[in-house]
Amino acid sequence: MKLSKNTRKNLFVTACLTGPVGLYAVFVLWPYLETFGYSLTNWSGVAPPSRFVGLDNYTALFDDPVFRTALWHNLLLLILLPPATIVLALFLAFMLNVGGRGNTAGIRGVRGSAFYRIVFFVPQVLSVAILIVMFQATYRSDAAGLLNGIAIAVGITDPAHPLPWLASPDAVLWCIIAILIWQWVGFYMVLFSAAMQSIPKEIFEAALLDGAKRGQTFLRVTIPLLWGSVQTAWVYLSIAAMDGFALVASLTQGSSYGGGPDHHSEVLATYLMRNFLTFGKAGYACAMGVVIFAITLALATLMLRFTRRDNVEY
Amino acid sequence: MHTPTHSPAPMTRRQLLIRSATAAAIAVPGAGLLTACAGGTGTGSPSAQGTQTADNPFGVVASAPLDVYVFKGGLGEGFAKAFEDLYGQRFPGAKISHSSGTDVTGDLQPRFNAGSPPDFVFDDGDKKMKLDVLHANGQLANLDVLLDAPSLDDPSKKVRDVLVPGTVEAGQIGTSMFSLNYALTVYGIWYSKSLFAKKGWKVPKTWDEFTALCETIKAAGMSPWAHQGKYPFYMLVVLMDMIAKAGGEAVMKKIDNLQPGAWQEDAVLRSVERIHSLVAGGYTLAGTEGLTHTEAQTAWAQGKAAFIPCGSWLEQEMSGSIPADFDMAVMPVPHVPSDRMPATAVRAVAAEAFIVPTRAANQAGGLELLRIMCSKAGAAAFAKEAKSLPVVRGALTPEITAAMSPGTKSSSDLIAAAADDVITWKHPTWYSQLETDLETAMGELMGNRIGPAEFVKRAQSAADRTAATSSIQKYTRA
Repeated sequence: MKLSKNTRKNLFVTACLTGPVGLYAVFVLWPYLETFGYSLTNWSGVAPPSRFVGLDNYTALFDDPVFRTALWHNLLLLILLPPATIVLALFLAFMLNVGGRGNTAGIRGVRGSAFYRIVFFVPQVLSVAILIVMFQATYRSDAAGLLNGIAIAVGITDPAHPLPWLASPDAVLWCIIAILIWQWVGFYMVLFSAAMQSIPKEIFEAALLDGAKRGQTFLRVTIPLLWGSVQTAWVYLSIAAMDGFALVASLTQGSSYGGGPDHHSEVLATYLMRNFLTFGKAGYACAMGVVIFAITLALATLMLRFTRRDNVEY
Repeated sequence: MHTPTHSPAPMTRRQLLIRSATAAAIAVPGAGLLTACAGGTGTGSPSAQGTQTADNPFGVVASAPLDVYVFKGGLGEGFAKAFEDLYGQRFPGAKISHSSGTDVTGDLQPRFNAGSPPDFVFDDGDKKMKLDVLHANGQLANLDVLLDAPSLDDPSKKVRDVLVPGTVEAGQIGTSMFSLNYALTVYGIWYSKSLFAKKGWKVPKTWDEFTALCETIKAAGMSPWAHQGKYPFYMLVVLMDMIAKAGGEAVMKKIDNLQPGAWQEDAVLRSVERIHSLVAGGYTLAGTEGLTHTEAQTAWAQGKAAFIPCGSWLEQEMSGSIPADFDMAVMPVPHVPSDRMPATAVRAVAAEAFIVPTRAANQAGGLELLRIMCSKAGAAAFAKEAKSLPVVRGALTPEITAAMSPGTKSSSDLIAAAADDVITWKHPTWYSQLETDLETAMGELMGNRIGPAEFVKRAQSAADRTAATSSIQKYTRA
């Protein structure tokens, strides 16, 4: 018997998809479902959950001042990290690709752009572990710290009064945000650069002939043509803003996953880990995980929906 | 906790928290697996059992072979060979086999499963076998028989009477002891003897002497006090030891048992005030509130500060950056006249688990080897070979201590001077959320952002919160 063309096509597609979808179901979907299940129990993490507690963990979450603080910090990151990183990365990419005006013969980046490209991308190739060691020394709170050394050299302060940086409740979160931006700018600069290079030069030349200045070219030509990349960057950076675990857990005050001083750098991920592993409140931590999941999902959806624009074909 | 010789212990402490918790998290599927395996079908040969006499309380069969396994880490394995030699002297006919490794679980789990574990195990390292799991599966011999056996050196004394206070409790699961935690970690305040001699500073005993010396040190252009501010745990140890000394057993019980108002005791407030005066009086090294343990300890070793609080792992941890003539030494937290405990009281914690499996072919031999460890000869061998302090009282002769490194010798002197006055706190291991809240509050106190009254308020509310949370299992300090 000969199968119809359609059936054969369907069979082929099914055969190809079974493996990946199966893996996804086992290693992504099932753990999510399990986490949701555990979030409704009193699971301690060391023995199977003994009791179903309904939504108790969720109601407790919103009465927990530390959770609220952590949530607020993540929202702050969410508001600040994507725009700051994208604006900087766009600016750098523009300068490196079309910002040069040395000679008018062609569209090119500023002088030495190849070198800058490497310099800005370096943070992205460093492992987080190295980055942490570097910033530990940069933000060090006594006179031996890099920033304090500079501050002392230029006379902002003196060795007897070094600036506390990560040990300051007011500064700690900003110190972390600065690292995150520094870490991500290079990557998105490369992403935007690649996108810019695929924009035909004629469009820029036309803009130049019309007498557009650099700023106008950037806002009226570059940005609209890069919209798809910016949108992607925004979603990924929003997801990064919901995390922040590695930096906070290793750079800030506190024995179990940092978050200090006095929760001023607490993020959801560090508080989740502390509840899960240190306090033995795994069910509660799972509830936190579900909340983070819901927020991230909602954000990605909203972001893609509201930033949808018509693509320019070229 | 590991002893200093293994790896940097403050790191280890944190790692321990993380690891034990990680292990716990994996233990959910793992426990079932292990339960299934540990039950096993292996039958092993019946344990060699001879006649029990006063001299041979476990009934060791003199000719029975003894199978020893030790974790090979920072303590080395020379100490175990020395124990085996002592065993060989008592039972010359016994054939002793010695094996060692770094992956205890990998090496021994199959043997436990097969019902043929070694007779004696030093269980340590990243891959140690979890004692609670072994215990739950009936694999650990109850060591209360060891505690009640006569000691080798003086048969009129029981083994339990020659151990440093706190050792038995440290090895207990429930009400019986299942591991002999043989190495001691001592906590105190560290300084450089050579520096003090050069400057003519006298090691302070009382709080008044201490603050007076701080003024002198400050006047000499040095910071009196450094601390590992990124991890407020270190200063919390100092505070809790001050509280223990000021309030004695009564206050320790109240705090460990989460009694209402425990933190409002006068002993607590006075101690917090003294700690806070280090910051308020300008005695701390500038910026120390943000330094990691290694950064702060290096600054101290470089002579930027005179004192630093730490455990006895400090010497090993900083071995690379301590100047040759530094001559480090440790002192107890300063005393005040109203203290309930003597000036010599210190905190010491027994760690490093030695166990005897229930299915050991020569269980009596394993127990006898533990008894040998609790003799003066065994303890001396351990101090010499492992360069650590054993939990055996009065075992260290002047010759042995003279050969010790300065920090270990000083720790040993501190333990000897403390005798029965050993400070132990239970709540840090019982209630980790309370401990974390206390560390957070300590960070604020040392950052001079809250005062003593606010610290006490926070500590009390953290304790009340723990007491009121029904999901946290409660324990009682008797």
